[in-house]
Amino acid sequence: MRFRAKIVDLACLNHFSRVINTIAKLAKTCTLRLTVSKLYFILSDKVANGGVSMWCELCQGNFFDEFQMEGVAAEHNEIYLELVPENLSRALKTAQSAKAVKIKLTNKHCPCLRVAVELPSLSSSSRIVTHDIPVGVIPRRLWNDFREPRVPDFDVSIYLPVLKTMKSVVERMKNLSNSIVIEANLSGEMNLKIETDLVSVATHFKDLGNPPWASEDGCQSSDQGRDLESMAEARIDIKKLQQLLAGQQVNPTKALCNIVSKRVVHFILLHEDVSLQYFIPALA
Amino acid sequence: MPLSTQPPASGEPYVLTASLDNARHLSSLLRAVHIQDYATCFATANGLRVTVEDAKCIQANAFIQAEIFQKFAVQEESVTFRINLSVLLDCLTIFGTSSLPGTSTALRMCYRGYGYPLMLFLEEGGVVTVCKINTQEPYELLDFDFCSTKVVNKIILQSEGLREAFAELDMTSEILQITMSPDKPYFRLSTFGNAGSAHLDYPRDSDLMEAFHCNQTQTNR
Repeated sequence: MRFRAKIVDLACLNHFSRVINTIAKLAKTCTLRLTVSKLYFILSDKVANGGVSMWCELCQGNFFDEFQMEGVAAEHNEIYLELVPENLSRALKTAQSAKAVKIKLTNKHCPCLRVAVELPSLSSSSRIVTHDIPVGVIPRRLWNDFREPRVPDFDVSIYLPVLKTMKSVVERMKNLSNSIVIEANLSGEMNLKIETDLVSVATHFKDLGNPPWASEDGCQSSDQGRDLESMAEARIDIKKLQQLLAGQQVNPTKALCNIVSKRVVHFILLHEDVSLQYFIPALA
Repeated sequence: MPLSTQPPASGEPYVLTASLDNARHLSSLLRAVHIQDYATCFATANGLRVTVEDAKCIQANAFIQAEIFQKFAVQEESVTFRINLSVLLDCLTIFGTSSLPGTSTALRMCYRGYGYPLMLFLEEGGVVTVCKINTQEPYELLDFDFCSTKVVNKIILQSEGLREAFAELDMTSEILQITMSPDKPYFRLSTFGNAGSAHLDYPRDSDLMEAFHCNQTQTNR
């Protein structure tokens, strides 16, 4: 099992750091899956997470100048590591003006991701700051726990409103209630609602647009027969939604959510080189 | 009670209706008196007064004249209710506290009367938020009896200067002493702390002084 990678381009490095910062805001611990062409940050839905799950996918070629990976075996050319993304985020903070960053999987006393940041220096020899981030190697027999979640059989799919507005509204609502209801219909309308003994607040978004989904056999999406005005809704933990929105440091190119009434809300945020899926289950 | 998304048409039984093009004018004033969670709102044809009290010894009042509003109508002689000010502020600032230049949150406020919630309709950039905040029985408020004929000394200062002074007060002092006088030192803030006593003097011809009417020397702690 070997892994070494290098980033020299500053723009790629900052972009990568922003992705890691977003992941760190969403999960205390997560799984990093390395393949020849991609990196994945995965959080599988355990009770300990409150049932949320996350799937973030990056093409390594868009970030790394060098990328060499040898998996656990030839037929299973992948590596699965358990890590605390906050540690990686902190290590990358020192790399804001770095000449290069090298990441290597080592096993001196225990498995670590060694992040070596080469910093500019006035003298001829460069300064290198090294962070050893402990990781857990996940054995092959457990890899099935981290499969890509299927897009659920949703009732409504809708583009999200401007994230800045949605973020402000959800942040205020978080002061007023622990849970929030998201509802949307196929006419591009979405409502965010909270209701407590003291106050009820409802924010109405219009003209959001509904993304077209083709099912496997090329026919129109399964919700063809659905009444356009009828709302699909789910009540979710407002802190989880706020965490997702607050972690977005850059505006995504596409942002949408799929609602399965009373079951789960599936968020998809697409940037040029990164796709992030986040599932928030409905409260009982 | 179902939440209607339509603002009321005229002729509806609302004892108080008010419209404001920029909700920030209201929210920034109310934030200034937000020293406790609950406030009493008192509306007359002259405008809206919001009073917050703390432990029956401090009272903060914000008064917004009817003229500030684009529309302000009170159907009875006066309308009074008690409301959670933290919740009201969260609702008024639902679209955020900072905004891009050129955008503002429009507000419409409606109150049906005793026992009904306060309804807020806020709109920014095509997005509409409807809030329903429960109201309570108004409590008796302190009456400081500031009868204007008995006023001995009155000073109006620009708040920026006072704010800087308050920020620098010696907090190891148990009391703040305020001296007002027609003679020197005119207006003095004094503290007596561990390091010694400190005095901040404002001369009567200072730039910060908007109005200075002092007839007697008076010291209060």
